[in-house]
Amino acid sequence: MTWYLMLGAFMFTCGAVGVIVRRNPVVVFMCIELMLNAVNLTFLTFAAYSPSLLPLGPELTQSWMSGQMMVIFVMAVAAAEVAVGLGIIMAIYRLRDEVDLDSMSAMRG
Amino acid sequence: MNLDQFKVAPPSVDWITLLPVILVASTGLVALLIEMFRPKQTNVAIIWTSLIGLGVAAGSLILQMGQPSGDTFAGMALRDPASLVLQLVLVGVCFFTFFFSESYLRERRIPFGEFYPLALWSTAGGMIMVSTENLLMLFIGLEVLSISLYVMAGMARQESKSEESAIKYFLLGAFASAFLLYGIALVYGATGSLHLDQIARAYALNDGLTEKLLIFGVGFMLVGLGFKAALVPFHQWAPDVYQGAPTNVTGFMAAAAKVAAIGALYRVLSGAVDLSGTWMPLLIIIAILTMTIPNLIACQQKNVKRILGYSSIANAGYILVGLLAHLQSPDKIGIETTVFFLVSYALVTIGMFALLTLNARDGKEGTELSDFYGLWNRHPLAAGLMVLFVASLIGIPITGGFFAKLGIFNDAVNAGLTLLAIVLAINSAISCYYYLGIVRAAFVAEETRPQPLGSTMPPGLRFTGIACAVGVLGISFFLTPIQAYLSGKDPNAWTNPPATASTGPSENLSSSTTNPSPDPDPDQDPALTNPGEAPPDQPPADQPPVAEPDEQSPQESSGEAAGESEGTGPAANPAPSR
Repeated sequence: MTWYLMLGAFMFTCGAVGVIVRRNPVVVFMCIELMLNAVNLTFLTFAAYSPSLLPLGPELTQSWMSGQMMVIFVMAVAAAEVAVGLGIIMAIYRLRDEVDLDSMSAMRG
Repeated sequence: MNLDQFKVAPPSVDWITLLPVILVASTGLVALLIEMFRPKQTNVAIIWTSLIGLGVAAGSLILQMGQPSGDTFAGMALRDPASLVLQLVLVGVCFFTFFFSESYLRERRIPFGEFYPLALWSTAGGMIMVSTENLLMLFIGLEVLSISLYVMAGMARQESKSEESAIKYFLLGAFASAFLLYGIALVYGATGSLHLDQIARAYALNDGLTEKLLIFGVGFMLVGLGFKAALVPFHQWAPDVYQGAPTNVTGFMAAAAKVAAIGALYRVLSGAVDLSGTWMPLLIIIAILTMTIPNLIACQQKNVKRILGYSSIANAGYILVGLLAHLQSPDKIGIETTVFFLVSYALVTIGMFALLTLNARDGKEGTELSDFYGLWNRHPLAAGLMVLFVASLIGIPITGGFFAKLGIFNDAVNAGLTLLAIVLAINSAISCYYYLGIVRAAFVAEETRPQPLGSTMPPGLRFTGIACAVGVLGISFFLTPIQAYLSGKDPNAWTNPPATASTGPSENLSSSTTNPSPDPDPDQDPALTNPGEAPPDQPPADQPPVAEPDEQSPQESSGEAAGESEGTGPAANPAPSR
């Protein structure tokens, strides 16, 4: 269990660092996806290995199922985000023929 | 694996609780269908459909106000006073945004009829966020709200600034959701539940590891929600996005997204109330920064949208003070002042951004301070409304903003957070500088523009402005019933009948104080609006919205007013006394 969690934390950190360091929006977006997948891994690990602390009884099923449900929803939402995000990036590319984040500084102050 | 373990009793379903969200979302679907088949160049059918749908949703919310609190769908959807009022605020924000959007979009030449369904879904997402205690639902609501907003921010496809704001908002928003999710994952790992109720219970029987996981989890969630609410270390996106997005979207975003994010923050923080001891010092520092830094930066800005962006960050800081006061002593201090502040903030924000759309002409928009020179000569009504909204933002008496700020100040002092109260007072003083700068621009005599701007206000815009002004002045008089309603049915005090009994007289009392209300108002208003349109807005408290658009306005203005006076519940609704 510890190893899965550590892998999740490692992926999350990689993603976060990547978002801050990289300048291409597509790559930044891939880093965000990496973070989301790290979250999914963490959820699944917890769902599989740690039963609820609460004296739940029959609700225990709900306890580990809710983690897995969460993963499915995260994947669905991530897909929706991809669609919107790539659309925005395409619109920008059509408008100015490059998508570097550093060049996006029309507004200051 | 034995399949019997999946046989959990099906949750009882109370569809009424979900009805408003369903109504708003399905109105969005209908609006999209109309958009697909519409005759070109007109959005009128879409708008009226949406407005009717929103009106019905608002009605269903108001009718629920007399009913007892509770939850349904295994705790996924929740009905309590705070959630009902916040949902009503969100519906109202969407309603007013639609009223002034059409003329603005036409002037800006943004042929984007999808704006209306997207805004409706965004509203539905926000409504889900404020009415749940389940972290899964909270996340879904947040994403429905945000993803629609990303698209809406990039609505002006030919304009570099709009696209730039869209991608900034998108990348940072997705980044923030990842943090929120990781926080949820850690909290889930610590307690085995996604429900804030059960999380609080699990915390009560904690061991060491659980506590650490929980603390980190709540911390990550605060980062994620802080991004959405634009609290200070995470506020960098807000001014840029506010400036770049089309003005009607900015107004919607500033009002709806903030209300929803604060509502979610309230649920999370009060669910994790035992934990807040750990995070309290940090939250206090965040609140101080959130109030101070944007106010200082805003003083140097020249663009009104940007100024309002910073001002909305500062307002998030004030709201956070109210939340912290509630968390500090949850028994003594309720959530009602914070909710009241949100209501007043949403009204002012929508009204203010509606006025900003006035300068849009021929595909351009003018939101620099210099674009407002001579507004007093062109549009006395607009200038007068602007003075009123600014007065409410500053917190000048008899406007809603004054009572809202006063309430939060009071709470902070009562909760022993005197430092926060002092910082809040100082910041209110600082903010006068840039708020008055906006008013000053409106009253500078000469126009710098070569071509004169049009001199008519579109009727929808005029209606929005006046209705928001009425709301800003009107909620002052409904302060007592609103607070009585919100606190009366608190989970702490389950005594339902005494609460309604006590709101009854106070409502009568306040409606009797509404009668003298036109008396204090003329001191402030006609003095400013007289030269232009003295007759139509002479009694600024009551009549004007009825005269403006056809049939929807009386319903909503009474809906809005009755919504603020919800203490009376169904009794007042069939016969609004105005």
